[in-house]
Amino acid sequence: MSDEAVTREGQEGARPGREARTWSGVNGGRRRPEPTDHTRGSYYGNSIINPPVWEERDIAGYLFAGGLAGASSLLAAGADLTGRPRLARRAKLCATTAIGASLAALINDLGRPARFLNMLRVFKPTSPMSVGVWILFVYAPLNVAGSASELTGIVPRLGRAAGVGAGLLGPAVSSYTAALIADTAVPAWHEGHREMPFLFVGSAASAGAGFGLLAAPLAENAPARRMALLGAAGELVAEQLLERRLGMVVETMREGTAGRRLKVAKALTVAGALGAGALARRSRVAAALSGGALLAASALTRFGIFAAGMASARDPKYTVEPQRARLDQHSG
Amino acid sequence: MTMGDGPLNIMLRGGDPATEAGYADAPPRMGFFTDTSVCIGCKACEVACKEWNGVPEDGLDWTGWSHDNSQGLGADTWRHVAFIEQRAPVGGHVTNFQRGTADQVGGQDGFRWLMSSDVCKHCTDAACLDVCPTGAIFRTEFGTVVVQADICNGCGYCVPACPYGVLDKREDDGRIFKCTLCYDRLEVGQEPACAKACPTDSIQFGELEELRARAGHRVEQLHEAGVIEARLYGHDPEDGVGGDGAFFLLLDEPEVYGLPPDPVVTTRDLPTMWKRVGVAAGVMLAATAASFVGAAR
Repeated sequence: MSDEAVTREGQEGARPGREARTWSGVNGGRRRPEPTDHTRGSYYGNSIINPPVWEERDIAGYLFAGGLAGASSLLAAGADLTGRPRLARRAKLCATTAIGASLAALINDLGRPARFLNMLRVFKPTSPMSVGVWILFVYAPLNVAGSASELTGIVPRLGRAAGVGAGLLGPAVSSYTAALIADTAVPAWHEGHREMPFLFVGSAASAGAGFGLLAAPLAENAPARRMALLGAAGELVAEQLLERRLGMVVETMREGTAGRRLKVAKALTVAGALGAGALARRSRVAAALSGGALLAASALTRFGIFAAGMASARDPKYTVEPQRARLDQHSG
Repeated sequence: MTMGDGPLNIMLRGGDPATEAGYADAPPRMGFFTDTSVCIGCKACEVACKEWNGVPEDGLDWTGWSHDNSQGLGADTWRHVAFIEQRAPVGGHVTNFQRGTADQVGGQDGFRWLMSSDVCKHCTDAACLDVCPTGAIFRTEFGTVVVQADICNGCGYCVPACPYGVLDKREDDGRIFKCTLCYDRLEVGQEPACAKACPTDSIQFGELEELRARAGHRVEQLHEAGVIEARLYGHDPEDGVGGDGAFFLLLDEPEVYGLPPDPVVTTRDLPTMWKRVGVAAGVMLAATAASFVGAAR
């Protein structure tokens, strides 16, 4: 115990009053332990980082719904500009519904939902969540305005402009969430921070295109078919690259709940893309089935990535081993 | 516009975080040096912290085979004493196990307890502060990192952002809590409650610069005495978090104590992430445009 005081000029008063013993004289320093005496490992298997406190339904659900919204806005804007009114209308409404559900999930996940507006106190580029909130702050009202105008026929020009504005923000809505989860100490998310944005826009595009295939008549679904192929291809390639990047942490994407979800997601993505490419031009049923498969695949991908992150956060080895390898590499 | 001070700190590594955060006339940076070689595991720090800060009880579950009933740092544990049993002696210390009275337990290799009082590291480059979207987490004039309970809305982003697993959500409250390095006590010239209560000066509070010098001296002293496994942790301003405001002297690898061996502030990679996000968004826009151009009617 000490009697110290800290002042604006610094610390005043006594320092610790005595030197601690080292037992150096007790036994002539007989025993010289080697650093290898003790096994490397963990503290009773406890996690090193604290796992996210986010609810899976809310946050993994948001990753999916936010991506769907962003891609649907983009699809709607394109359809609007190229004279595909039914696709435009349905995709617009999908985006508005999805972003509404997203906001509800995000607010519900707060420890203090009533303090949601505290998010608007500051703008912090160092916080992807802050950046995302401000993107949504612009994006969501544009969607609502576009959809309201679409439904009521009031101020159609302004409504259309709002829809195109939402479409242009769509890619930002679909991609920033990758930075959101990667900007953490969660090994499966952070280690994949270079590939995650591409995985997320691919997954978002295939979800948006999936909805387009599900909802649009055959005469208007051509862009959705192409977008489905591009999105699915992007998603699958990005996922491969991400898995390669993760090193031993990739186990968390291949095992357990995450492994099952991601495996099914991949199969559904391939099936949906094949259906979209080969059958959706002629058959309304095939288009709807392909679209449904792509939507389900995108959701499973997001829930799979979420579960992989949780698994990698809970087991200390995914935090320790990559860091240990990094240290060993640096020390030669 | 309020900016986190992380990237700035990274650019000006080694600088004073309070000055970089905008304090014109900041007092010296204050911190903890926790010398675990003299920790006796009395948990007075845990108790003093709970009492002074009004931190609620959060269960008394024993960890593994140890004397640890507080498990790890969290919303309601701001000081956590780790207990580790090992079949190895500490330095030249002779125990009864080595005298052959309890071979079946310790064997000839000896037996030692490692005890360490863990706490928020008050990083120079603090990920929690960087990612906090409400500005609830801020840098004090003492260079410490504090969560403002009247602003925090419990978004939980700081929880997985922290590379040490310090912050957590208080479930029945919804907000995030952690060590404040007794900001209220510092402001009135008092040292933090845990340091005040520590009976062996294992927890030393003071100006960070002086503590670093003291710690360097202590490691030399231990090495001379044959405790060659003594090493400092979190003292280096060149490490992945720009150095900790609360650093440690450990007698084994960090992970044995539940500490990450090479923590890096996640926002160090954020510029790369934003770049990649931008490119990905551009690709999505271009791919969608391509899906419309020349698409069949």
